[in-house]
Amino acid sequence: MGKHVLLVEDELNIVEAMRFLLSRDGWRVEAHSDGASAVEVIRGTRPDLVVLDVMLPGKSGFDILGELREDATTADLPVLMLTARGQARDRDMAEKAGVSRFMTKPFSNTEVLNAVRDLMRG
Amino acid sequence: MPREGLTGSRIRERRGVVGFKQAELARKIGISASYLNLIEHNRRRIGGKLLLNIARVLGVEPSMLTEGAEVALIATLREAALDAGLPPSDAEYAEDFAGRFPGWAEAMARTHRRIAALERTIETLTDRLAHDPQLAASVHELLTTAAAIRATAAILAEEPDISDEWRNRFHANINDDSRRLADSSKALVAYLDDDQGGSDAASSPQEEVEAFLSANDYSFPELEAGEASIDDMIDAAGDGKDGGPLRSVAARHIARGVLDRVVRDAAQVPMSRLCDALGGAPPDPAALSRSFDAPVPMILRRLASVPGLAAGLVVCDRSGSLIFRRPLPGFDIPRFGACCPLWPLFAVLGHPGQVMHDRVAQLGRGQAEFDTYAASGTVGNPVYNAAPLVQATMLILPRPASEGAAAGDVLRVGSTCRVCPRDGCPGRREPSILSEGF
Repeated sequence: MGKHVLLVEDELNIVEAMRFLLSRDGWRVEAHSDGASAVEVIRGTRPDLVVLDVMLPGKSGFDILGELREDATTADLPVLMLTARGQARDRDMAEKAGVSRFMTKPFSNTEVLNAVRDLMRG
Repeated sequence: MPREGLTGSRIRERRGVVGFKQAELARKIGISASYLNLIEHNRRRIGGKLLLNIARVLGVEPSMLTEGAEVALIATLREAALDAGLPPSDAEYAEDFAGRFPGWAEAMARTHRRIAALERTIETLTDRLAHDPQLAASVHELLTTAAAIRATAAILAEEPDISDEWRNRFHANINDDSRRLADSSKALVAYLDDDQGGSDAASSPQEEVEAFLSANDYSFPELEAGEASIDDMIDAAGDGKDGGPLRSVAARHIARGVLDRVVRDAAQVPMSRLCDALGGAPPDPAALSRSFDAPVPMILRRLASVPGLAAGLVVCDRSGSLIFRRPLPGFDIPRFGACCPLWPLFAVLGHPGQVMHDRVAQLGRGQAEFDTYAASGTVGNPVYNAAPLVQATMLILPRPASEGAAAGDVLRVGSTCRVCPRDGCPGRREPSILSEGF
């Protein structure tokens, strides 16, 4: 069984494409679409890496990331933020919140795959 | 597969468009359905009389079948592949892809072009995102949908051994997302159209004034006839009364200046006399200037208000900043940022008294042609040893489609550099996103 990645993303067709790409790359992929319960799910499933959207129902990706960084058990969890909000201030917010990698939509599949592999090589 | 080797695919596609079954077409051209099947799958070369017969029955030129309309399609697919990060060697498979899956290739090219157009819209609107939450949400929806399409389309293009189940699922997803993209785009355009028509979204005094002028169709007959005063007009539209557009003190100040000029213009060039002078003929601003003993810029302003001319008008100050804009369909006047420096408006800025008459078409805007008249004049009182302040005015008149393209030279201009496709323009201030990518 490969490494475990959790997609926190409410756009189902993006989830489907990412699931295909990452599964082919040897990842065990799970997805979750609700922001409000995302932190709880991450703590419960303990993925090796999280791909996190920003605009989520219930709670923003920035808030989720902040909570993860405040918790010692998830403080070092690699988080790839994948968002349509690509303005400079969004990138700044993500970096201040402790994002591991920040990418904007629309994205290249190759770039996402490379980012995921890089993050796991750490 | 070389392009000329895809004749069979084009025959199959054209047959589908015409609505013939394979056996039906085979019968009409006197060959067996199985042989036609081989031709359509590019397994038999075709030429000569048989090709001529098929082209005749399908109602196309033979060259359409041998060369097709695929050059642009293949170029777009290559561009899509390179944009998706594929190496150039992989992008060369575009031709093969177009030959094997013409329908999906066309769908992917359409999607790519659509995404490019949306990216252009997004770039134009970037400045507003921070100020308009509804617009931000709408653009977020477009980007998210575009991301889903791009990720899915790239998988279809890049994964040669994808299973039928995944392929069908991704095709269905692209179909859904394309529809969603179209709906979102329409909703965004409708929102922006409402905004241009004058709405609560006005975010600057200039926009408040534009909303006020637009609500009055840029026409103030009661004011011109002396039946209402400038104060009446401002009070009726200002201070938040009934949601009036002139909310800010600055907007009311600007509007007062505009209306004051309307009154002065109308006194010297009354609308009834102007319409009589026109008599239904195309405007001749220079002749009208002589006839009314009025400066050409004033004539241009008055002509912009003539019912039925459907004219646009722009006025800029000596810095080149637009201080008045009356939009018209087909000629894009930037709402934010600087205009194309090639507009005749700017050519007359340093030459008061000169009147420019040009045939103008905007690049990338459907190439509709317009007649423009531009002239500038000084403002304020003369001051010793100081360059006069000037304002330039340009009247933009749509040319009726029935007149066809102009016989003489047409001045090709842009809207603003950021969205102009013109290469090697000496007036370019910044790269175009159309050539530099998103």
